[in-house]
Formats: sequence, structure tokens, C-alpha cells
Amino acid sequence: MSAAPELIVKGLKATVDGKEILKGVNLEVKGGEIHAIMGPNGTGKSTLASVLMGHPRYEVTDGSVTLDGEDVLNMEVDERARAGLFLAMQYPAEVSGVTNSDFLRSAVNARRGEGNEISLMKFIREMDNKMELLEMDEKFATRYLNEGFSGGEKKRNEILQMMMLKPRIAILDEIDSGLDIDALKVVSKGVNSLLGPEMGVILITHYQRLLNYIKPDYVHVFIQGKIVKSGGPELAERLEAEGYDWVKEELGVEDETVGQKA
Amino acid sequence: MSMDTQMLFDKKIVIEVSGKNGEADWMLQNRLDALKLAAQLPLPRLQKTNISKWNFTKFEPFAEEVPIMSPDELPADLREFVFVEDKRNLLVQKNASVIYCNLDQSLSEQGVIFTDLGTASQKHESLLRKYFMTDGVRIDEHRLTAIHAAFQSGGVFLYVPGNVQVKIPLEGLFWLSGKGAAMFPHILIVAEAGSRLDFVANFVACRDDLGAINNSVMEVFVGAQADVRISTVNNLNSEAVDVVYRRALVDRNGHLEWNIADLSDGRIVSNNTSHLQGESSNVDVREFALGTGDMKANVTSSVYHLERHTKSNINARSVMKDQASGIINSITKIEKGASKSDGQQSGKVLMLNPEARGDVNPILLIDENDVMAGHAASVGKVDPLQLYYLMSRGIHRSEAEKLIIHGFLDAIISKIPSNALCERIHHIIERKFKS
Ligand SMILES: Nc1ncnc2c1ncn2[C@@H]1O[C@H](COP(=O)(O)OP(=O)(O)OP(=O)(O)O)[C@@H](O)[C@H]1O
Ligand SMILES: [Mg+2]
Repeated sequence: MSAAPELIVKGLKATVDGKEILKGVNLEVKGGEIHAIMGPNGTGKSTLASVLMGHPRYEVTDGSVTLDGEDVLNMEVDERARAGLFLAMQYPAEVSGVTNSDFLRSAVNARRGEGNEISLMKFIREMDNKMELLEMDEKFATRYLNEGFSGGEKKRNEILQMMMLKPRIAILDEIDSGLDIDALKVVSKGVNSLLGPEMGVILITHYQRLLNYIKPDYVHVFIQGKIVKSGGPELAERLEAEGYDWVKEELGVEDETVGQKA
Repeated sequence: MSMDTQMLFDKKIVIEVSGKNGEADWMLQNRLDALKLAAQLPLPRLQKTNISKWNFTKFEPFAEEVPIMSPDELPADLREFVFVEDKRNLLVQKNASVIYCNLDQSLSEQGVIFTDLGTASQKHESLLRKYFMTDGVRIDEHRLTAIHAAFQSGGVFLYVPGNVQVKIPLEGLFWLSGKGAAMFPHILIVAEAGSRLDFVANFVACRDDLGAINNSVMEVFVGAQADVRISTVNNLNSEAVDVVYRRALVDRNGHLEWNIADLSDGRIVSNNTSHLQGESSNVDVREFALGTGDMKANVTSSVYHLERHTKSNINARSVMKDQASGIINSITKIEKGASKSDGQQSGKVLMLNPEARGDVNPILLIDENDVMAGHAASVGKVDPLQLYYLMSRGIHRSEAEKLIIHGFLDAIISKIPSNALCERIHHIIERKFKS
């Protein structure tokens, strides 16, 4: 698994409750690359993230997804994770009665496989280090998973998990939303600490601001359930300054959300 | 040879049991009265559970069990249930016989009594006459209490004098051993005014040991200002009918906690009832059941508020897997005159299979206006979004389910005062999910 990771999404279509949300997404992400996906509300960005991870509510109707050549769509959610996919969720679930550290240790051990479990000491040390880097109070180790966490605390906790699990492809869905400036810096520091040829990143965001801290190699515009335009960092700057109207005009689209006729 | 119903009601057996227990004559008379009642009284009526076909009477005759010198001689499955520090305050009963009993000397010097019931009936007759099946559980409540009274053997009498604070827990370990075996321990606990105690009672069997019947009664008297915690784990096999009637009377400003884990695999009648009969007394009831296979459980927790400013909280949870069925009843009764009382309930059931059955029946009966009372109840399946979240971190489905279940039960388990006991409970849960 030392070869650089490679995620290939081809013609991906998906529905929720019978309604088509993804309408043919094409995307290739390699280790060391950062892809930002930007787009108006309700256009299907989180849906793409969820479908890649295997969320039970969505049904894939067409297309393919491979990670390092392996068919991702045939894998269970947990298999995808063990293959190296990670999704920092926009709205992570709360699980009462399960402490953050018990959960994380199960996750780390699942990733390492039976017979290769991490020692408790080593785990605690590693978790302590990462929490310190993320400026998380140590009480978050023993609190119940996401229960009663503030918006920003949940985001930090998602990044903590990512740092512990060291994914091959990380999808970060609006990791910047609800973060104050200091938190944004801290979270970015966490993400940046992992960057390298071993990991590719898909960064879903509404704001150029995040991209000042985590520098993308590619920027994609997502409208009506697919990527309609791709470019470099300069694209994000133009979107920040001018909004999406000019893209829509270029495309001859009136309403950007999915389900509307172009 | 196993006893059938006809033989069960033979006086001779009862006389024999009485003799083996080395008890006073008045106890024998009690048994003979109970025996008559056992033949006449009906079974208790349980909400939504038909127990008419359950085996309460067929079991192998009692054998003499050999005493042990130390709990280290117990089989490993049993040793895991010994929690008390230094194994000092421990009584072990195997089927009908107490095979080990030890009390820390410093406690006996303070007047604490910890012995089997037969011995107590000789040495502490007046206390026993006062408390044994009088104001707590009565012999004539129904057939099961009558059978219990006729056959009770071994058992525990725990007495803590006024203002004595027992800091380390005492434990009773009740071991059902051998195919078709039965045990009828009676546990009588008296905490006098201002005293404090922790008692752990475990009703267990070795794995794959198919005992038939546990029919136990616990009576707990909490004196004024006394502080009492009772934790019990029942972990019997799938053949066993496991009956425990627990009853507590709490005096003025007294505080009682019940922590009850019903983990047996067979048929379960788990009843705990608390009477708050002194002003400002209170009780916390935490109870959970975990059912796998064909387990059937009826768990009823009741609290009666009889005086002013009394407070209760019933928190019951159950997890049902496979074809298991768990009926959880919670009853809070606030009597007229018990003003400023507060009775709360919460009941939650998690069902893991479509074939599993879980029911929560919260019942509030309130005859007084000036009170607070409330309940929350829910019955549901494992939340698919929680499952998705955990699995999205690489955790296998079965492991993720287990985490969610442990989490669901944690509200109860984490409150159990002994860490070792909590750990044991988590292990049992783990084991059940492996099978
Ligand atoms: N169960 C559902 N039934 C119908 N429509 C749904 C359902 N779930 C999601 N949608 C719709 O799918 C569309 C895409 O949602 P998605 O969350 O992917 O948008 P997004 O691009 O992430 O938006 P945002 O920027 O606001 O996070 C939305 O219009 C949403 O209302
Ligand atoms: Mg979104």
C-alpha cells in the first residue's frame, strides 16, 4: 500500500428517495493532490461525499468509483474506510455512552487489523499528541462521541479522527463552517500536518478563506449535481469575488440546485 | 430422579431442608405453612408475560455441598464474580448450601452480622422474627413467594447497626450448579439508622451448566438516614427459570440504590419494589436486561411514595437480540398525602432483530396533586446513522453495533459502584454477542 493513492470517479450518478442528485460526476484525485470543490448550496457536494463513503440512504445508479484500482462501490462502508477513505462529515452523528477514546481505539485497531492492535500506552500517547496539536482539552477523550459538542468542537474531532487514522484519500466536507479564525488555523494545521504523497484530499468549502490555509492544486465548481468547471487556485479567488453567476451564464443555467431543468 | 409437582408438596423434603439449614423450630413452622399455601395460591400475574408453563417446581433434590476454605477453590467462571476486596466480606452458596462465609473481623467487632439465614434464626431470633417475610415480601403473596418460603435455604442475613459505616462492599455469590439444580436463597438486609452499606449479589452458573431454578427473595430495610446500595447480576443459563423478588422499605431520609443487571439466558421474572415510607426518603432504580436466543424476561420496577418529600427515579433499559423478548414495566405510585414528592421514570428498549420483542410500559399512578412526576419511554432499533458513522471509521458492523449497545447501557452500568463489576458486566455482554 505504499504506492501513491489514486481515486477515480467516473460518470457517477446517484439518487436519494428516488430523486437524482448526482448527475455524472468525474473526478481524479492522486496522492499529494488537494482538490477543492466549491458550489452553491444544495447542488450535491455533500451527496458526492456521502456516496463515496457509502451512506445507506443513497443509491448509485450509474458510474464507477475506484481506489487504487479497487471497486469502491462494491465495498461496505467499513471496508471503504479500511481501504483508506475518510470523510470528515458536515454533520457527524452523536453516540451516547461511547467515549471518544474508546471509539477511536476501535477505529485505529480496525484499520490495523486483528493481531496488530495498538498498545494502550502508544494509543494514549498518540491521541494526546494530536489533541494537543488541535488544541483540544483532554476532557474530550473521555466525553461521549460528539454528544453535546459545539459545531467547532465537532469539526476538530473529525480532524482528530483523520489524524489518528491517516487515510489515503480524505474528503473534508465544510470543515471550515462554524469555525472561528483561530480554530480555522488550528484545524488547517492539523490537515497540513498530514499532507504528502501518501494522501489525496478533497476539500468541500464555500470560502476562499480556507484555501489560504490549505492550498489547493485544483478547484472544481459543482453545480446541478456535477463538476461543471475546473481550474487552479485562481478560480476560487474569482468565485469569492464574483459569486457563481458568471459560471452559470457561461453554462446557460438559471437555477443551480439539482432537479431544476437547465 | 427429579421431583415432580406432587412430590414437591411433600412435607418430608421441607423438613429435611430445615434440618440441613440448622435452623430454629419457628422457621420450620413457617415452611410448613408456606408449603400449604404453595399448593393453594395462584402464580403471580405479570403484565404481558404468560408464565403458566414455566418450570418453578421441577428440580433435582438438594445434595450436601462441600465447604471451601477459600474462594480461590471456585471454578474460574465463578471466581470472576468475586469482587470484594481481599475476598473478606463474602458468602458463597452452592445450590442449597452455604459453602463459604467470611466477614472482616473489624466489622464483626462493630456489631455487623453477616451469616446464613439458618444460623441467624438461631443466633438472632428476635431480629429475624421481626424482619423475615413480615413487612417486606410476604409468604402468601402468590405461589412463587410461598414456594420460596417453603424451600429457602442458605441465604444471607446482613445486619449493620446504627451509625456503622461499612466502606467496603459485602458480597453474596449464589452458584447454581448441576443439571436440573435449584437454589432458593433468601437475602435479608437490615441497615439501621444512620448506617451505610454496599451489597453485591450475583446469581451465576458456570458456562454450559444447566441448572433449572433460581427462586430468590431479597428484603432490604433502610433505616432513617441510612445509605444503602444494592447491585445484582443474574447470569444463568438458557434452561434456567430465574426468579428474583426484591423488596425494600426506606425510612425517613434514607437513601437506596438498586443496580440490577438481568443477563440470564432463560426465563426471567425480575421484580423490584421499593416503599418510600419515611419522609424525604428516596430511591434510585437502575435496571437493565440483555436478551439473546430465546430468552424471555419480565422486569417490573415499582416505587410507592407513601410520605411527603419522597423522591424516586427508575431508569430501565433493555437490549433484545435474536428471538429474545423483554417486557419492562415501571410503576410509580404516589399516594394521597405524599405531597412534594417527585417520581421520575425512563424506559428504553433497543431491538437488534426483527424477531426480537421489546416493550416498555411506564405507569404513573398519582393520588396527590402537589407532586412532580414524569416519564420517558422509547422503543427502537440501532440508529442507522450512528452505525454508518462508526463504520465510516473502519469499524466492522458487528463491532459498531456492540459499541452502540454498550453506549446505550452505559447510562446504567457506569453508575454501578464497583469498577470490577462494571467490567465483568461488559465482558458478559461481549460474550453474548460472540455467540
Ligand atoms: N432525502 C432527500 N430527499 C430529497 N432531496 C434530498 C434528500 N436529501 C438531500 N436532498 C437534496 O439533495 C440536494 C443536494 O444536497 P447536498 O447536501 O448534497 O447539497 P450541498 O451541495 O452539500 O449543499 P450545502 O452547500 O448547503 O451543504 C439538496 O437539494 C437536498 O435538498
Ligand atoms: Mg453540504
